[in-house]
Amino acid sequence: MANFTLNGKSVSLEVDPQTPLLWVLREHLGLTGTKFGCGIAQCGACTVHLNGTAARTCVLPVLAAEGGDIVTIEGLAENDDHPLQQAWVEEQVPQCGYCQSGQIMQAANFLKHTPNPTDEQITAAMAGNLCRCMAYVRIHRAVKRAADMVGQQAEATAQMSGQQTEASAATAGVGSFDPGAGVSVARTATEESSHGKV
Amino acid sequence: MRTLHSLDSDHAHALERTAKDSPTGQRHAQKHESAERHVSGTARYVDDLPLPKGALHLAIGMSEVAHGTLDTLDLNAVRAAPGVVCVLSATDIPGHQDVGPVFPGDPLLVSNVISHYGQALFVVAADSERAARQATRLAKMSVTPLPITLDPRVAAQQGDLVRPTHTQARLSNGRPADLESVTKALGRSAWQVEGELESGGQEHFYLESQAALALPGEDDEILVHSSSQHPSEVQKLIAEVLGVPFHAVTVETRRMGGGFGGKETQAAPVACLAAMIARHTGRAARLRLPRGDDMHLTGKRHPFHHRYQFGVDDSGRVETAIITLTGDCGHSPDLSDAIVDRAMFHADNAYFLGNAYVRGIRARTNVASNTAFRGFGGPQGMLAVEAAMENIARQLGRDPLEIRKRNLYCEGRDTTHYGQHVNQHPLLATLIEQLEEEGHYWQRRAEIRAFNAKSPVVKKGLALTPVKFGISFTAKHLNQAGALVHIYTDGSVQVNHGGTEMGQGLHTKMIQVAARELGLSVDKVRITATRTDKVPNTSPTAASSGADLNGMATRDACLRLKARLLDFAAEHLAQPRTSLTLEAGELLSAGSVLMTWGELVQAAYIERISLSEKGFYATPDIHYDRERGTGHPFYYYAFGAALCEVVVDTLSGEYRLEGADILHDVGDSLNPAIDIGQIEGGFVQGMGWLTSEELKWNEDGRLLTDGPATYKIPAISDVPAGALRVQLLEGHPNSAASIYRSKAVGEPPLMLAMSVWAALRDALASISDYRHAVRLDTPATPERVMLAASVQREWLNEWLSEQSLHDQTSQSQPPHVQPHQVTP
Repeated sequence: MANFTLNGKSVSLEVDPQTPLLWVLREHLGLTGTKFGCGIAQCGACTVHLNGTAARTCVLPVLAAEGGDIVTIEGLAENDDHPLQQAWVEEQVPQCGYCQSGQIMQAANFLKHTPNPTDEQITAAMAGNLCRCMAYVRIHRAVKRAADMVGQQAEATAQMSGQQTEASAATAGVGSFDPGAGVSVARTATEESSHGKV
Repeated sequence: MRTLHSLDSDHAHALERTAKDSPTGQRHAQKHESAERHVSGTARYVDDLPLPKGALHLAIGMSEVAHGTLDTLDLNAVRAAPGVVCVLSATDIPGHQDVGPVFPGDPLLVSNVISHYGQALFVVAADSERAARQATRLAKMSVTPLPITLDPRVAAQQGDLVRPTHTQARLSNGRPADLESVTKALGRSAWQVEGELESGGQEHFYLESQAALALPGEDDEILVHSSSQHPSEVQKLIAEVLGVPFHAVTVETRRMGGGFGGKETQAAPVACLAAMIARHTGRAARLRLPRGDDMHLTGKRHPFHHRYQFGVDDSGRVETAIITLTGDCGHSPDLSDAIVDRAMFHADNAYFLGNAYVRGIRARTNVASNTAFRGFGGPQGMLAVEAAMENIARQLGRDPLEIRKRNLYCEGRDTTHYGQHVNQHPLLATLIEQLEEEGHYWQRRAEIRAFNAKSPVVKKGLALTPVKFGISFTAKHLNQAGALVHIYTDGSVQVNHGGTEMGQGLHTKMIQVAARELGLSVDKVRITATRTDKVPNTSPTAASSGADLNGMATRDACLRLKARLLDFAAEHLAQPRTSLTLEAGELLSAGSVLMTWGELVQAAYIERISLSEKGFYATPDIHYDRERGTGHPFYYYAFGAALCEVVVDTLSGEYRLEGADILHDVGDSLNPAIDIGQIEGGFVQGMGWLTSEELKWNEDGRLLTDGPATYKIPAISDVPAGALRVQLLEGHPNSAASIYRSKAVGEPPLMLAMSVWAALRDALASISDYRHAVRLDTPATPERVMLAASVQREWLNEWLSEQSLHDQTSQSQPPHVQPHQVTP
């Protein structure tokens, strides 16, 4: 028996505790907004919120969600009017649309903790969610647009809680290459001596 | 005066402005028809459809060798596994065993010879996906291994081809040619530049893997929901596999979670297997491939081997070109004949080749059958000539942009190597010159040279490359489309057409076409799922032609309805026919409102006027004589250009895109928001093909990169914020009579990414102070870039040491500058 709260309602169902949460949501509970993408938690299409954190459900046993609070794309906002959903439509982000619920859930969790993100923070937070239509320019812009809306709302409340956490916690091992920082003086000297003057 | 229209700098305002300018016109940046459903999770894909009671879940049993004879296949343990309801193998197929889309060679299930690792051997249906998948592992089989070929050049040398070799040969004066005459011409040029290149394939990685749901009906009827770009072909193959007439099978495609060519032919086997189980058991059957299975079972973009020899004059102008393109087709023909043809058609990219000999070889290897992928061989075809442009530049000590510009199609040099005149060729120079000026090419070139001179490890590169892409299916019969438009008595309109929606915004554009012709707002028009029982005998949604073909068919149906309604209104209301128009949901006579659209429709219905119509379109003026290798295979060309800057750490091979400025020709855009989205996405996808997306097989022919942990498509971090700037070329409608003078946009932008690859080569060339062009195979992974940098350094060191020797003997001929100048 698995028990959790799903989009604000308590749910109990008979299911093998090792069943990945994604299958429970889609096959047992009929919530198909969360998608299967890769099955190894590398693409982000199956992202939901578990106890306030973005979680990838294709490899997460339902056991791990026992007693937890789960929010899926269907429960993100009452009238599907979360600032991110609005921004997504306004910026015309979706092409095929398949990865979008995962993108939006990832972004929603990110903005909750980082209401006024920098470009770099947005990139870092979204770098683990793949979009094969490569709508990245617009995903970035939509997160920013939503942040403007959310940020304004959150500013008042955030002043009270003063909470802001790092953005990059949820990214999937995406390396960064900073040419400016990457060249040490020592390496430059070695390079000059071993390869001569160009 | 040309004006530029950008959605990048002030995207929202631009969208609002275009929306306001023309609420139903082609400039309207109408949002995607499924946008709200996409963001709320309510857009249904095949795997999301509710299952009827007793539905079965399928899994495919796959081969674990790349080549061999399947001597025995014992499925008893599979059948006995818990939850398993039905197991079928080749002997259970009631009708055709071969599901090759054009030519035979693709067994639905292997009965005798296994020809690639991961090939489908049998299908299991169980009461859960897990049970079905676990059962597949219980099969016992004996296989006698056969030798495998993974290298297309080896296959070509052995004459192991999936289709015959094709050549196009033409002298610069238009006369027919052969290898001998073109080779002779090559020898007459002042300079000869030659080289070779290997380009890797590309996994489609549609986020929604291949999927189908088959629902058995009465008698032999069956309805199959298929995530397919080609429902009519899926219908045909299911009917043939089941041995029933086509009219017993209906295939429906509401939308795909990405296609990119991967669901043009290769969606069909999945649908056929689901249909077979449904027919056999009388129960609904669903198959959605796990990611790894999808990557093992289905083909990819063709890897190519490119060999080129160019004869060039002292100014860097190409006089003669000999290009051999060897496509790695995998184990069967699939669409490879047309794909290698399209590679050949694009061997010139945007340049006049003069005397040309282009040969396309279709090699057979023991991997999954390579297939359509955005560009359909065109991108691969262009790589050799783009490589050559840089080689010529280094050879002659000129800037690559100068060489590219010198070779663009122009007046008097305006006919391709297959004899088609390039309409609107001046746009190539327009695009390049505009980017050159607005992107400050020469200023940046000077800055980059200065930077590189002072920076021994980190090097910057810059490149500005054009794209010319031919629009039409090269299989002439596919250039047709149908549409079905119904007006209901409440005035709402339902449009159905032969095209499928895979994210490219086709349905949105079709709604715009219908709304424009009928004078309605877009919310009055609804597109329904593509179904073979609504519009029959359709072509695949491919070759970028979806909007061109289906837009004209939709328009045709709407024009007929409009004419009929206006004829009726003229008589019914006693108004001169020529004064009547439909605008903004109203019937007008010389500008004054007579009645609303709804009233008109109801009046017409009461007077027994038909409110339903079909439309049809066949692209005119296209032909190709394959015997002679000449013709007019394309209705028109789409053009574009991209200016890219990269920065490369030449010790680690790591690199980063610093900026990309794109100027692209879509004629008069049907929907600027969608078109710019296609350009942004196509460019990044092309960048993935050329940089990070590397497919690896082991020596036994097993694909090692079978998931996102090992196969790297670009992520948001590969597109720095603000680095990608896209503009549409304004003021140049299509010279061909396409739908509202727009141009196809699906595939052409992918090839803009060649500028990233060219910029990487430019950065590497700086190591030799731009004296030597290094070969850089694709994907140009950091590993390959690092190795290419090492080659450049070795070349430089050798050159420097020989230079000092030459200095001692008062000579200054650089070594290894291949090829050599020849005496005229």
